[in-house]
Parts: sequence; structure tokens; C-alpha cells
Amino acid sequence: MITVRHVSKHYGRHAAVHDVTFHVQKGDVLAFLGPNGAGKTTTMRILACVTPPSEGTAHVAGFDCLEQPMEVKRRLGYLPETPPLYQELTVNEYLTFVGRLKGITSPRLPSRTAHVIEQVGLGPVRHRVIGHLSKGYRQRVGLAQALIHDPPVLILDEPTVGLDPKQIREIRGLIKSLSGSHTIILSTHVLPEATAICTRVMIIHQGRIVAEDSPERLSARMRQSDKLSLTVKRPSADWLDRLGTLPGILNVFPTAQRDTCTIECQLGQDLRDELSRFVVSHGYGLLELTPLSLSLEDVFLHLTQREERSEGNPADPGPDAPATPGERAAT
Amino acid sequence: MTPFRTLLAKELRCLFVSPVLYVVGTTFLFVSGLIAHLMVVNAGHQAVRLLQIQNTYARLNLNELVFRSLFDSLDFVLMFLLPILTMRLFAEERKLRTFELLLTSPIGINEIISAKYMSVLLIYCGLLSLTALTPALLSLSGSFHWAPIVTGYVALALQGGLFLACGVLGSALTENQVVAAFLSFGMILVIWLIGGLGSVLGDGTLGTIFSYVSFTEHYDRLVRGLLDAKDVVYYVSGIVLTLFTAHRVVDSHRWH
Repeated sequence: MITVRHVSKHYGRHAAVHDVTFHVQKGDVLAFLGPNGAGKTTTMRILACVTPPSEGTAHVAGFDCLEQPMEVKRRLGYLPETPPLYQELTVNEYLTFVGRLKGITSPRLPSRTAHVIEQVGLGPVRHRVIGHLSKGYRQRVGLAQALIHDPPVLILDEPTVGLDPKQIREIRGLIKSLSGSHTIILSTHVLPEATAICTRVMIIHQGRIVAEDSPERLSARMRQSDKLSLTVKRPSADWLDRLGTLPGILNVFPTAQRDTCTIECQLGQDLRDELSRFVVSHGYGLLELTPLSLSLEDVFLHLTQREERSEGNPADPGPDAPATPGERAAT
Repeated sequence: MTPFRTLLAKELRCLFVSPVLYVVGTTFLFVSGLIAHLMVVNAGHQAVRLLQIQNTYARLNLNELVFRSLFDSLDFVLMFLLPILTMRLFAEERKLRTFELLLTSPIGINEIISAKYMSVLLIYCGLLSLTALTPALLSLSGSFHWAPIVTGYVALALQGGLFLACGVLGSALTENQVVAAFLSFGMILVIWLIGGLGSVLGDGTLGTIFSYVSFTEHYDRLVRGLLDAKDVVYYVSGIVLTLFTAHRVVDSHRWH
């Protein structure tokens, strides 16, 4: 449904997006994940025909974004980072206006408007002026604007930013309900969001794709060993050393609590059975034994930081690192 | 509804709810009414003076005494007022990021520009038609030729059309509305002053070109009652050229 081949975008000498290639199947939900200024918005703007790529080609629903932008625009709903709202119009007027712009015929327009108002939960404010709405409602109007012509492809730039937890859940639910029938690309820097609603995750860093896979496989790929957390009732003084003698265990790490430890064992080897028997036979009293999986957050930090280190930046920047040159990319 | 009509309706809706239209409209109507009043009073004084000297009721040339001066003064008023009417057209859309909505909709830049231009042109022509109250009222008590007044209004419409096109271009150039207004005003001023340069240079090739490029000569001829195709062509081509430049400017934003 969406094919991007070797797309680059330069602003002067600065490359906001560099040689990006990916493919999205019909019905997939793809998340662009990356720090601010990684090139997420630029890639989305290229797909939405707002800005042309410097190199490469982008196809949406079989049409070239550069050659047949009108055909692409008819099949695409785009929610930019800042929702494009006319403050002086009411919600109903605004959606009617957008609907007409997108080419919905007059007889269908009232039912489409009513449908999206219902869909994103704008019923109570439909006759209010957009300028007087709260941030959450404005974001929903932005989403309604992208949905009004029922496009097969949706591109949503940070759709849940600025919403409260309840609204976030509702919007995520809405996006999930749209998946399958719609092909969706959304960008986010909230990692649980990507895990919650996306079938695929693409990590972008400094204009390049660092990794692309399903959220589960991405975290599995990054795993070099399995980790387990073990909590017992009556730990003895040397219980950690004794645990280390068990075959298959690579490392035993103490934690802040004396009765809990993290056990690292070889990948693919399930030691839960042996561990539980060991603990019981030594009379420690087994309370809890859980496998720890690498969260997407770990993967994300791992990937983006590895990239920076390999580019001759030995200092570990951490998630709140100051702007790298990539941050200046127009988002 | 075609995209053009949709955009036009929305532009007009936004203009009518914004205070700018009312401020510009009130100022324009008040100033034009005031100028007309002053000109009529002035003509009255002249009539009284003639009556005292010659002891006859003179037939005053109202076309010359009232309307020509009125049209000449309105030209200046428009120079200041119209950039304020046009400044928000593109600058506001870019500032508030609503322009992305237009760019991602299946409509062309041509339609966007023509709809925006048409909206301010309609508003302006509406305001202009309200000033027709002056000749209408004056015709009740005085007599004058209607033809030069009609060409005068044609001149005002074309002149305003050119100024509005400059305003559209100015607004397309920047995100800041104040800067947009000043840019448009600057453009109009330059086109006007080129005429002065042309008359200084005299009848040489350069002088003729400069005089032609400026609107002064064309406007003057129309106000005097000479409806010449040459002048109409000047205005129409000027408007088309300016709007085409605005089209290129808007299109170039996509690359940044």
C-alpha cells in the first residue's frame, strides 16, 4: 500500500532523511519511533505530498507522490503535528469545509460529518467554535479531519500528544479499530503506544532507519540472554552464590531487596523448573519467579545510543541528550 | 461545490468574522464619505463666490470639482488600507499551520490563490459599490456627466484589484502579518514612484517604460473619462503577473 524507495530529503547541506526504504502492507499499522528531529515528520510530509523528496520515490496506494499527487491526496488522511484548525469556524462548519475540499459529494457530506463526529467523540462540541475548545478536543477535530473522506491510508503525526490518559485510551482504541481496513502510519515517541497499537515498528534515528520489525520480535532480537527475576521468603547469607552454581546460569545479580535477585541465563534455555526445585529443596521458600523481557524502551535506547557511539560520540547521551545536528531537521 | 467555491465561501466566512474587515471597511467608507463631503462643500463655496462676483448661478463642473478629486484621493486611501485587508490571507495560514490542510487536499495552488484573491476582491468591490451613494445623492440636486464617473469606478476597481494582487503576493512571502502588510505597501509604493521616475526621465525609452509600468498614467486617463483598452490591459496583465508570482512563491514553500 505504501512503498518508499531510497528516499532522501536535504535541507541545504543537512540531510533530514537519508536513504530510507520501507514497505507497508494493506491493513498494517506502522509506528515511526525516534527522538525529536529524527526525520519522522519529514518522511510523513513526503508521503502526504506536502514536500517533495530530494531523491528516491514514494508511492501511496499505487500512485507516485511526486507524479500523481492529486490521486495520492484523495486516498490519504493526514494529521500534522499541529492540527490544521481554523479557530473561527465551528466543529461542524470546519468538517463540512474539509469534506468539500476532499471532494465528498454534497449528498454524502452530512452523513460523513455526523459519522466522524460520532467516531472521535465530538458530539458535545459540534456546534462550538474551534478556538474555544480544549487541547484534547482540538486534537480530536484534527483526527476527524483526517478521517472525513474515509481514506484507505492514514498518516498521523503524534496523534495522542497532549491528551489525558482517558482520551489517549479512546484514541488508541479508535486507531486500533481502524487498522485492518485502513493502512496507518503514525509517529510517536511514547514507546508503550507503539507496542499497544502497532503491528510494526520502525526506529528512525538521524534520518536513517535503524531497525524495523514487530514490537515483540524487535525486543527478542535485541536479547542476548534470558533474564528471570526471583524472590524468595527466607534467603540465607550465601544464597546468591549457591544459585550461581546451577548449570545454565550465566550470572546472578543482587537487587536492592535482599530477598530478590535477577538471574541471567543462556538464551532459549528455560531454567524455571530447575530453579524452582533448587529453591524449594534448599528451603528458601519460593515467592515469585518471572521471566523479564526487554521492553521496547530498552531496545530503542540501545539502538539509538549504539548509533551515536559508533559515530565517534563516546559519551553516552541518554534519552534527554542535547540536540544533535539531526534535531534541527524540520519536524 | 467545486473546490474554488468551497475555498471562496470559507475565506469570506473568515473575513466576515474577523475584525479586520470591519475596521478596514469602516475606515474606507468614512474617509471616502468625508472626502466627498469636503469636495462638495468646496464646490459650494466656489458657487457662492461666483454668485457674489458675477451675480449669476454658475454651472459648476462637478465631474472636475468633486469626482476627480475624490477618485484621486481614494487612490491613496486604498494604498494604505488594502494591504491590511490582504495581510492575513497566506501569512495566517502558514503561521497557524492550516496551510498543510490545503496542501494535502486534492486541490491545486491555482485554486487556492484565485479563491483567496477573489474573496478580497469581492469584499473590496462591495465596499466600493457602497461609495456610489455619493454620486447618487449628488445627482438629486446637481447635474453632471455619468460616463466619467463610471470609468472612474472602473479605474478604482482595477487599481484596487492590482493593490490586492500585491497584497496576496506580500502575504505569500512571509508568516508575519505585519511584515506582509508592509511588503505589499512597499510594492505598491515602488510601482507608484516608478511613475515619478519615468516623468523625470522624460520621453526617452526608459522614461516611457517606467511611465507605463507605473499605474499613475493609466489611472489618471481612466479617471478623466478615457476608457482605453491599453489601460485595462495594463491592469489585467499586472494582476495576472503578480498572482502568478504569488503562485510560484507558494509553490516554492513546499521545498522548504
